[in-house]
Amino acid sequence: MSAELFSVFYQFADVFAFLILSAAGLAIVFGMMGVINMAHGEFIMCGAYVTVGLVNLGVPLPIAQILAALTAGIIGMIVEFLIVRRFYKRPLDSLLATWGLSLIVTQSMLLIVGSAVRGIGTPEGSFAIGGYTFSTYRLVLFGAAVAVLAGLYIIFMKTRFGVVARATMQNAAMAKALGARTGRIYSISFGIGTALAGLCGALYAPTMTLIPTMGATFVVESFVTVVIGGANVLLGTAPAAVFLAIIRMALNASYGQIIGQIGMLFAVILIIRVLPEGLSSVLVRRGR
Amino acid sequence: MYSGRLIGMALLGAMLGTAPIGSARAAEPPLKVGLLEDVSGDLAFMGMPKLHGSQLAVEEINKSGGILGRQIELIHLDPQGDNARYQEFGRRLLNRDKVDVLIGGITSASREALRPIVDRTTTPYFYTNQYEGGVCDASMISMGAVPEQQFSTLIPWMVQKFGKKVYVIAADYNFGQISAEWNRKIMKDLGGEVVGEEFIPLGVSQFAQTIQNIQKAKPDWLLTINVGAAQDSFFEQAAAANLNLPMGSSIKIMLGFEHKRFKPPALNNMHATANWFEEIDTPEANDFKKRWHAKFPDELYINDMGYNAYNALYMYKALVEKAKSTKLEDMRKVIASGDACIDAPEGKVCIDPKSQHTSHRMRLISVGPKHEVTVEKDYGTIQPYWLGEIGCDLTKKNDKDQYTPSHLPSKS
Repeated sequence: MSAELFSVFYQFADVFAFLILSAAGLAIVFGMMGVINMAHGEFIMCGAYVTVGLVNLGVPLPIAQILAALTAGIIGMIVEFLIVRRFYKRPLDSLLATWGLSLIVTQSMLLIVGSAVRGIGTPEGSFAIGGYTFSTYRLVLFGAAVAVLAGLYIIFMKTRFGVVARATMQNAAMAKALGARTGRIYSISFGIGTALAGLCGALYAPTMTLIPTMGATFVVESFVTVVIGGANVLLGTAPAAVFLAIIRMALNASYGQIIGQIGMLFAVILIIRVLPEGLSSVLVRRGR
Repeated sequence: MYSGRLIGMALLGAMLGTAPIGSARAAEPPLKVGLLEDVSGDLAFMGMPKLHGSQLAVEEINKSGGILGRQIELIHLDPQGDNARYQEFGRRLLNRDKVDVLIGGITSASREALRPIVDRTTTPYFYTNQYEGGVCDASMISMGAVPEQQFSTLIPWMVQKFGKKVYVIAADYNFGQISAEWNRKIMKDLGGEVVGEEFIPLGVSQFAQTIQNIQKAKPDWLLTINVGAAQDSFFEQAAAANLNLPMGSSIKIMLGFEHKRFKPPALNNMHATANWFEEIDTPEANDFKKRWHAKFPDELYINDMGYNAYNALYMYKALVEKAKSTKLEDMRKVIASGDACIDAPEGKVCIDPKSQHTSHRMRLISVGPKHEVTVEKDYGTIQPYWLGEIGCDLTKKNDKDQYTPSHLPSKS
């Protein structure tokens, strides 16, 4: 019995980690900053490729993953400076620009790196409970997802940067008038968002096949989590991930992956219909 | 007969690339070969060897004088794994470029998207993948292996070696569904049991739940007919969770070269039946591999699709030269005579007159813990007999249909 209970928790943790890690970066870039970043998946891919490249050079996996996230963050800040900065007042155009960027990046990776890269293998370690065996690394992913949420909470709620950043997102002109360097705030926020995307790719790189279009497998989940979560990263994305993870896990377990996917997307449609502002609109209102 | 001078000029022409060959050949326009292969998108890693195989065959044939003395012009378009683009590009090649032959398509979904368009023309179409079998269509010539060559050999072997309980993980489209149907039929005939079947949407990459479902069902072995890079992540995740079950497949190793793409031992204990895999060690195969790697030194693996794509052009050349015509009806007369054979790197392969599918020398291969490939059993040449047995006879009637064990021709 305890084996069954643990297995339910493990499956929930697995889906939850996937949703949180793939959505955290987008929650900042899209949820807070309002940039419809269609190249989100490519920042994830960047994190995965940098991780595998560094591991192949002999760098230990955890360090390679941190460096990969930093690389994605730095590239994100460059992209923000060159492209995204020009589209803050034109969100629909930002969609087109970042989509174009995504196409250019995937095709360039295909031409430069090739169509498939050899994987690095998941770190050893599995444990058995009852008749089931589990991969330890999946629990590491869950721990990382919780750590990402905690880190975001501290950065945006407990630091001076967080206060200024939230002020800038709410009313850039007023924040500027009060002396905030809004350009820099946008740049750093975008960098944090893409670094988190890179971290997602870095964490999943050992468990997946690496191809230039791999980011696409994360994009649907990340957008639906952010959209139904709403504008508040902490009060939106996390509950949205819990909610979607429960639905998907229950349906996956009873009816298989097809129904799991259909059911999750159906729930998304219902929520957007009932709560156009996302889950955080309800939670934030209640909280006041 | 053609003069030595002409062949010399053809050689010169090949060396100069696509430059015009001179007034003597002006009356002989090149043969246009339309090729549809995905070299971008999710299936690019499989499609790239198909393009390379076609390019290698075209180069070799052009260097040795072309087909009936005519050079080949390869027109390749990249449908990027999108079935609508397959149809759009198929129409363009058939109607605008007026190609003499159409080759290509990776997934069975793309082939079925193309087939109705090809059927409205008189252009021959070569499908170069192994697949779930059953297409009885006079316009289509199939170069890859089919279930009676792959499943009727593999599944009895797996049952005998590992046990009667199988769990199936299949991609959720026509290939996965029909392959799973084949498995059900063969397992029933063997007195085995399918303890679970899971169909996975394309693009899904997370398998923790699937792995647990498998452990709950306690099978003796797995049939893995999952497709594409995302679904292949199953192997890494199953290995990490220490699932440790024997696996069988009709598409792993020789087609997706997972043993080259994943770190050992993720593919340990995988078995497949194949007409081609790069590890084949015969003089003909080694010579072929040498030519391939000389032209494409960066190729990670010469997969069976790429190999079949290479053979398709030589089969086309043999058919045209025996028919002395590029017309489909004349080529089909050669096929009907049972004389449509080529000496391929795997050995002699022939097109079966009734179904227009290809005979193959099949071997059962397995992957070890260090991802080394060993040949477990050599079945010799196996004919594509199933369609003929159930009543498909393209020499008499063009059904233009795809049959499965549960969809047989109506008895008339």
